[in-house]
Order: sequence, then structure tokens, then C-alpha cells
Amino acid sequence: MIEVNRQGEVWIYAEQEAGKLSDVPMELLSKGRELADQLHVPLAAVLLGKNVSDLAGQLVLHGADKVYLAEDPALAHYQTASYTKVICDLITYRKPQICLFGATPMGRDLAPTIASCMRCGLTADCTDLEIGEHTEPSTKEHLTNLLLQIRPAFGGNIIATIVNPHRWPQMATVREGVMRMSTPTPGRSGVTVRCPVNLAGMTLPVEVLESHRRPKKVNLKGARIIVAGGAGVGSRENFRQIWDLANILGGAVGGSRAAVDLGYVDHDHQIGQTGTTVRPALYIACGLSGAVQHRAGMQESAKILAINNDKDAPIFGIAHYGIVGDLNEVVPRMIKAIRSGASIEKAAAATKA
Amino acid sequence: MGYNCVVCVKQVPDTKRITGQAMKEDGTVNRAALPAVFNPEDLNALEAALRVRDEHGGKVTVITMGLPAACDVLRDSLFRGADAVALITDRRAAASDTLATSYILACAVKKLQPDLVFCGRQAIDGDTAQVGPQLAEKIGFTLVTYLEDLKLEGRSAVARRNVGNGYEMVRARLPALFTVVESANHPRPHALKRAMKCKKSCAPVEIAKAVDTATPKATPEAKAEETKRRCAELAAKGLLLTQWNLDDLQADLSWCGGAGSPTKVHRIQSIVLAGGAYKEFPPTENGVNRLLGELIEDHTIG
Repeated sequence: MIEVNRQGEVWIYAEQEAGKLSDVPMELLSKGRELADQLHVPLAAVLLGKNVSDLAGQLVLHGADKVYLAEDPALAHYQTASYTKVICDLITYRKPQICLFGATPMGRDLAPTIASCMRCGLTADCTDLEIGEHTEPSTKEHLTNLLLQIRPAFGGNIIATIVNPHRWPQMATVREGVMRMSTPTPGRSGVTVRCPVNLAGMTLPVEVLESHRRPKKVNLKGARIIVAGGAGVGSRENFRQIWDLANILGGAVGGSRAAVDLGYVDHDHQIGQTGTTVRPALYIACGLSGAVQHRAGMQESAKILAINNDKDAPIFGIAHYGIVGDLNEVVPRMIKAIRSGASIEKAAAATKA
Repeated sequence: MGYNCVVCVKQVPDTKRITGQAMKEDGTVNRAALPAVFNPEDLNALEAALRVRDEHGGKVTVITMGLPAACDVLRDSLFRGADAVALITDRRAAASDTLATSYILACAVKKLQPDLVFCGRQAIDGDTAQVGPQLAEKIGFTLVTYLEDLKLEGRSAVARRNVGNGYEMVRARLPALFTVVESANHPRPHALKRAMKCKKSCAPVEIAKAVDTATPKATPEAKAEETKRRCAELAAKGLLLTQWNLDDLQADLSWCGGAGSPTKVHRIQSIVLAGGAYKEFPPTENGVNRLLGELIEDHTIG
């Protein structure tokens, strides 16, 4: 580990694949900016790869004061050993106080390996990060300006706040979509620091033979309206009406983890702590109980309409509108009503009269 | 050729089945009320190891770090075909975070000197997916995460990894550690013959507890004597489960338990969902129309 360095910077890992930055670094930059400003230290992005220097500009526009750039042919494709070595060398030399990674497949491979190598603490899948204080229960030592790492635990039934008082850097991973995407500031300036890549004597233990990645079929994060189905929908065939309602509203289709696990809808549509986090203008939850891991992925929606025949379903706890009833009756009624706009106008007029 | 495989497994509370009974009135979790299960992805890890042995020969040893009750998952592993098991149990390991846990497991793995280590991708209680990668780093094995398919050729492995938005084929140099995902395989069930053979197997700590329960008023010496006797009896039949504490593993205690854990819990809050005030509409045609009318009027729906 490195010693506690109160002048240490806040770092975010700029994950890139085939020369393109994913959304996650921009989300980490917005939270990183907040933390760095509170601690009065610079915010830096760490970028590894081959021929990726043009990405540094994007990172600066989105809030990075510095970009630590490590380029080498050996870094063209991600693998654990080489990326870990380069980043650990950088951490040892520069002594940041906080390092944030996306909780993506790459992040969940890389971050724990770095933490093990640096012998420091890492908290996975944080849903929030704050700067705060902590008192050690045994020694009563009082510490300020620590990173409070907040996450659901125990199957999502509790919220835990974790701290790393002494074994720095403080590391955390954050799922995609949990933090808001930062907006670029035109003309923002920053500095690119080229870092030495010392992989001498290392024979890379992994060779990537083939890579088959497909772009996501659905853009949930960008959808203004989402119609989501849960286990209550009952079958893949019955999920058809969720699609129909989404289509007629011009919205996207989502599913709870349960619905995905049951095969009612594909994984790309999963919303929740282990899926995508969304903030649409309208979220319609059909036959979806609203377990805490699901709520974590949609509770900031501007308007939530819950349709469920269980009036005690947790989803009603965060809904703005609710219909306690059978989705197999309600959803077709909604579709029919939207198709024939006339009946909606009549009802609206009647309420006003 | 044969590969020596170690599988790391965990007994976890069944967090997928948390019902009203499992949550106490103050909103905290009543762990004692939760059934303990074999961590699901660890079953996939065990299956992956057994397939390697079936195809290439070798040995599969399953280890777990936990309370004595974790012997259940070790017996379960024997029933499914593991050749040997070991329980790592020690009060001083309590409160270990992933770093301390991976250190303790590394001590055990180094004792066993395997070619391959298999772990489930993540446990359903911690959900961190950190122990596998951290264990790999400590033992210096090549890490291959999200394993779905594996072919071994001498000292190299060709693996298919599920990388979320697709898959990757990689060649990895042995020794290697794999974290295995649910989509990799279907865990084989118990084999009746093995279950019959191994069901009476116990670890020394379980025997000591049984002796204590059977003869609560006996002296400590008498209990120890009886425990030793029963252990020897089981060992003679090959039914004594291996048990290690931190001293058996030559573990540095400053790396174990709370002392060895850089992460500390600052606070736990239970999720208590206060009833929200939502605007209710009846499920009737009229109710639906009025609701939609409102949403159209405030331009939520175009």
C-alpha cells in the first residue's frame, strides 16, 4: 500500500475498448470532480492502450485536470497482468488518495487485482460516494476527509457504508449509469502526462485469440419512457404486451432481473443494480415487485407508474401513480385507450366538469 | 496427463429468499433464520473442475473458509464427485474482508500446489466478485474471469470468457485461476453411491461439538479423549474431513481477520420502505383513461 497522502489526487480509470471510451469514464469524472473539489486536489484520468492519445482530449473536456497516458503496443488489448503492472507502478509513484473504476467486466477484473497488489481496500458496486468522517470503534481514532463508499449488501437488503481509513489508495468500483454523465465544457484545459510503461521481462500470460463484441441492442439510458416488466408478467409470450405498450408510447422495454433470469426478456433490457440504471421521464413498472436492487436502477425516474395486483408490493413505495390490479387487464386497456385517443379526452373532460 | 485442481467454495445465507421472517422488526437481517446454501456460482466452478478431471485425469480438492457449518458444502462437494475437501476454520479469521480472505485462501492453495484453481465469479452475500482475482494475484496464477468454456492443452488453456456484451477466446498460460459464471455449465447432481459413502464424513470440530452435546457434564479431558477416539475411527474409514486453522496454514495473523482488512464498515442501514403517497387509479377503463389524460396533459406522454 501507499501511505495516506492528503495531497493525493482523485483518479478515475478511463476504460476504453478498441480506441473508444465507454460511458463509464464520463460518469466517473462527474462524481470524481465533486470529490476532488471537496478535497481541493486535482482530478485525473488514467488511460492505457495503443494509439489512444486522442481520447485524452475528451476526458479533459469532461472534467479531468490531468490525463495519465500510458501507451504501448503491449497494451493494445486489455489483459490483467500488464494493465495491473502499469497502474500499480503509477499509483506507487504518484500516490493518489482515491481511485475509481467502472464496475464493468473489465473493471471487476482489473480493480481487485490492483487492490490485491497494492494491499489496499476496494469496495465494489458503490451506488454513492461522499467525503466524510469516521471514528474507529476500537481505538476511537477520528478521521476526516475519508471516502465514504456506499452500497447495497446482503442481497440488497441493507445499505452499507464502507471506509478505508489507513490502507490507501481508497478504491471503489461504480456500476454504469449510477453516476450522472458529466457534460463537456468546451474550451476546458488540462494536461496530458505521458507515463513510462515498464513491462520489461514480463511474458504476457494471456493471448486474446478472438473477440466478439456486439453493440447493445437497446438504448435504455437514453429512453424518455420505459415500460418494464417483472416476474409477474408470467411468460415470454405474455411479455409481448409490454413491448406493445412501449412501442405505442415510443418508449423502450425494460425488465427486472427476475424477468431476465426467467427468460421473459433479454439481458440487454435488464434494469437494476446489476443491469442498467435509468432516469426516464416516465417509468411504467408492470408486474414488478420493486426489490431494492431493482429500485436502485430506476428510483430517480421523474414519474413512476406501478401496475401490480399486490398492494403491498414495494414498488408502490416509490411510485407517483399506482394501479392495483391485474396487468393483463390494465395493460391492454392502456393500449386500447392510447390507440383511440378519444376515450382519454372524454375522461379528462369528465374529471374537469 | 492429469491436472491437480482446487475449487474454492463458500456457504452463504440464501439472500435470494429473504422474506418477512428473515428480516427482524428493526429491519436488520436475522441470519440465523436464513437457510445456508452452496453459493450458486461455486457449484458451476466445481462442475468445471470435475469436467477437467473427467477428461484429463487428476484430482479435485474443494476448500472453504468458514464456520463449522460450512462442512455441509464440503460434504455436498464430495457427493458431487470431489476427491478431497478441506475446511479452513479459525475464530481469528472472522471479520475478514476480501483482501484478508484471499490471503488466507492463498495460504491454503499454496499448501495444495494445484495447476488450476476454480472459483465462482461472486458470492450472493458480498456480491463483490473480488476474492477470485485477489487470490490469483496472491498466488501468481494467470487470471481468467467469467469462464464459460475451457479446453486444456498441456500447460495452456483455451477459454471462452463472457465479457458482458459478447465473448472472447483467450489462450492462458498455466497455472491459472478461473472465475466461473452461471452460464458455463449445469452442475451435476449428487451421485448416490458417493452420497452413501461420504454422508457420515465429519470434521474434527463437528465431532467435538457432537461430543459436547452428548456428554455436556464430562470433563474437558474426557471430551477431548472421546473426540480424539471418534476422529481416529472416522479417519480409519477415510471419513475424517481435513481441517486447518491459521497456524496450520502458517498464516501471518496481521493479514487475517479484521486486522488484515483495509475496508471497515462505517455504518449499516436497513432498507425500511416507508409507504409512499402515490396517486391511485382504479384498474377500470375509466381509471386508465383518467391516468393517461393526466400524463398527456403534463406532456409526460406526447
